[in-house]
Amino acid sequence: MALDVREAPREGAGPAEPAPRPRREITTAFVVSRIAVLAVAAAILLYAVPPLAAAGSWVSLGLLCAVSALIAYLYLTRRFIPVKYLVPGTVFLLAFQVFPVVYTVTTAFTNFGDGHRGDKAAAITAIETGSVRQAPGSPEYSLTVALRGEELVFLLVDPATKQVSLGTADGLSRLDGAQVGVTGKVLSAPGLTVLKAPQAAARGPEVSALAVPTGDGLIKANGLSRAVEGKAALVYDAGCDCVRGEGDTWTADEGQGYFVNAKGEHLAQGWQVNVGLDNFSRVLTNPTISGYFAGVLGWNIFFALVSVLGTFGLGMSVALALHHPRMRGTRFYRIALILPYAMPAFAMLLVWRDMFNRDFGLINQLLGVNIDWLGELGTARFGVILVNLWLGFPYMFLVTTGALQAIPRELTEAAAIDGATPWRAFRRVTLPLLLVALTPLLISSFAYNFNNFNAIALTTDGGPFPAENPQVGGTDLLITYTFRLAFGAGGAQFGFAAAISVFIFTIVAVISAVAFRRTRKQEEIYA
Amino acid sequence: MRMRALGVAALATLAVAATACGSSQSAAPAAPSASASAPTAAAGGGTLVIWADPSRVQPLKPFADQFGTENGVTVEVKEISKDNQMTFLTASQQGSGPDIMIGAHDWIGNLVQNGAIDPVTLTEEQKAAFSPKAIQAVTFNGQIYGAPYAVENIALIRNTELAPDAPATIEDMIEKGTELKKDGKVKEVLCIPVGQKGDAFHVYPMFASGGGALFGATATGDPDPKQVLLGSPDSVKAFEKLKALGEKGDGALRTSLTNENYIVNFAGGKCAYLVSGPWAISEVKKGGITYDITAVPSFKDGKPATPFVGVQSFFVASKGKNKALAQEFVANYVTDKDVAKALYDADPRPPALTAALQEVQASDPDAAKFMEAGKDGMPMPAIPEMAAIWEPFGIAETAVVKGGDAAKAAAAAQKAIDGSLKN
Repeated sequence: MALDVREAPREGAGPAEPAPRPRREITTAFVVSRIAVLAVAAAILLYAVPPLAAAGSWVSLGLLCAVSALIAYLYLTRRFIPVKYLVPGTVFLLAFQVFPVVYTVTTAFTNFGDGHRGDKAAAITAIETGSVRQAPGSPEYSLTVALRGEELVFLLVDPATKQVSLGTADGLSRLDGAQVGVTGKVLSAPGLTVLKAPQAAARGPEVSALAVPTGDGLIKANGLSRAVEGKAALVYDAGCDCVRGEGDTWTADEGQGYFVNAKGEHLAQGWQVNVGLDNFSRVLTNPTISGYFAGVLGWNIFFALVSVLGTFGLGMSVALALHHPRMRGTRFYRIALILPYAMPAFAMLLVWRDMFNRDFGLINQLLGVNIDWLGELGTARFGVILVNLWLGFPYMFLVTTGALQAIPRELTEAAAIDGATPWRAFRRVTLPLLLVALTPLLISSFAYNFNNFNAIALTTDGGPFPAENPQVGGTDLLITYTFRLAFGAGGAQFGFAAAISVFIFTIVAVISAVAFRRTRKQEEIYA
Repeated sequence: MRMRALGVAALATLAVAATACGSSQSAAPAAPSASASAPTAAAGGGTLVIWADPSRVQPLKPFADQFGTENGVTVEVKEISKDNQMTFLTASQQGSGPDIMIGAHDWIGNLVQNGAIDPVTLTEEQKAAFSPKAIQAVTFNGQIYGAPYAVENIALIRNTELAPDAPATIEDMIEKGTELKKDGKVKEVLCIPVGQKGDAFHVYPMFASGGGALFGATATGDPDPKQVLLGSPDSVKAFEKLKALGEKGDGALRTSLTNENYIVNFAGGKCAYLVSGPWAISEVKKGGITYDITAVPSFKDGKPATPFVGVQSFFVASKGKNKALAQEFVANYVTDKDVAKALYDADPRPPALTAALQEVQASDPDAAKFMEAGKDGMPMPAIPEMAAIWEPFGIAETAVVKGGDAAKAAAAAQKAIDGSLKN
């Protein structure tokens, strides 16, 4: 079975001449495709190198080059046949499974989230910049940017006195002999090259960087046409690792990622720190989480189980009915049945939500009742399961139809000849054979529905909520409920959300592992 | 064989693609530190990048181009249509954000705590040109963080054919609405969205009129996140008033009226009163309704029904690559009357610049009426803690609208908010 990838003959394209010992036919498509693959690899390498180098991400750059080189080497030689098969899957596994899992788990140990997105240096910059206030009574200078030799300087005009001053990194000095236009812009000045707007704009970063020291503040450009004298009210002191100002001192707390004062208050801007197991212990000790966890988990498992069994039962029944040899017009039915699956679930969920509306919804109007479907616990739960059933059964119908084709009719016919009733033939022959093929799909469907965020968020959004507890709704799954905790109230708390994901992952993994173990036993019986 | 070779090729292509993705993903966490440590090191040069929501991209384009020509730079206006605030924060952090961001003033608290925006210095003259409410809204911790351009708040829009007179009190409005409903002229007493999770934004004027409050005030008059007042006795009374308007009472507040259907119902003539903002007007006009706009009335002998005021603003990104130009654009260019008018024409929300508002008023009286309705409004609290209020408040509203106990609902909301703010 092993595929022997041979070098293309040097003559180039075209069906190869029969070689002395032809172990493999080398086709044009093969040569072309291999060139294409390697070209794409090279193109991606070339495309990704400049931004990575610009950002100084040397580790990523090294990784990218190494992987590209490895791919080029692997697919250019005749050797390492098994590796050629393994590499694509391994790369996928690393990129889309291992990396996100590792990243999520590492995030779970940090306080990454709103207020703690960047590093400490960024927080300090933000604190200082945010505290710069215009010096009281200082003029609103009109600004003209000029060059003294190669040095960028400010020409500042006080609007009240029309006095022109020269501002450099050394300080402010009086400048005489400058010509000032009506708008307050300096038109010319002795010994200086006045820059026009586009020229000044091109030196934007230099303009932003220049600070002209005055008595106790700094004059900085505010755009390209104005400058103001400002003073940072809060200043970072590396000596005490603290921020001083406004009559208070905030000391860096590396455990929280905040500057905290004696009263325990903190400055708004924080930074990302490692918080160890805090996020995990918060999940376990938070009364809103631990107090309702069992209830939510119970409903979550019920929802996932009923969704899977319901969709499978319905999908299989329909597939069996259409599989019957005397059934006519199966093609039409199949197309019609796949429709719910073909429509975007996103939109359908919203449509269903509106159909359940008590006063304006289609369902109440058709049935002539006045039920607050999504407003009462029982009906809301019934509603979301019904919607999920409608969305999910076409998939089960499709896979069952496929699996049924693979079961020889002789088996059921033999069972019939042996005197089995159709039910008994189904129960003892068809269903077990179906399950051998479909159990992995059922398990994955369970895992999917266990975390079916959309089905809940877009219909009930977790509701109805009991009056005494606005945080846990009647149809909340673990994922929607923890999403609300992690992103609803305190802004985005990625670290906390990651910790919750780890818990949910563990639950789903355990359930799936147990289910797969049982499947294996079943396969041993029927295989 | 042919197929097999193609298969190998396809797999290899995917592998290469995956490799590239993998590497760039691992680059992501490394990028922020690199860009943060050298925010001004990146060479400036020729582009200013502005992020705006879809409705504002087109009207901004000509002004952006004009600014670009004057300053010899290319100005790029990019459309961001979803999760604008989150997208901006994430991109900013990675060093791929814009120089200027357009958004609502109540983002300021969160943007500031993430170090994403810089204060904007406006001259006294410029400040005086804006409505005081707009300046108040963009001021956070005593600093102005954005240049306001539009002010919006909700008001009472009424169908003048059905209800010719503006109601003086909520009681009057309910009485008239109920009477119209009895006569079969309307289906609903009042069109205001509630939904299954409540709508704190729309119900807030009534809640405030009933005496309810969200936060206490700090010494400087800002909302104080340490004092949540949703569970206070006054707020409980306000919730009781909402309960009386609810499904077990007057039937004016109903969970079946949602954000998706409340404007449509009014535009279809199914109710005489609508509580909504300037965004509802185009649909109301399409429905051919003759309407008038007044402030949301207050309860008889109640407190004023203050709506939330939202202010759309331009922000200067802290991590932008071209800050001098960004400041020039925000502080000196968009505070221009013509820019404000163009933005108004594209999306009719009352301009924050008084001069622009006066011009607009001549052709469109609605803008001024909305402004008038919001003159006592409360700028939506910009503190990040406000995020913790919306949902518990909304759920408490739904609970009382459905006839639940007001004290219990208010206490539960208070507890949930205190829990998430760690008070």
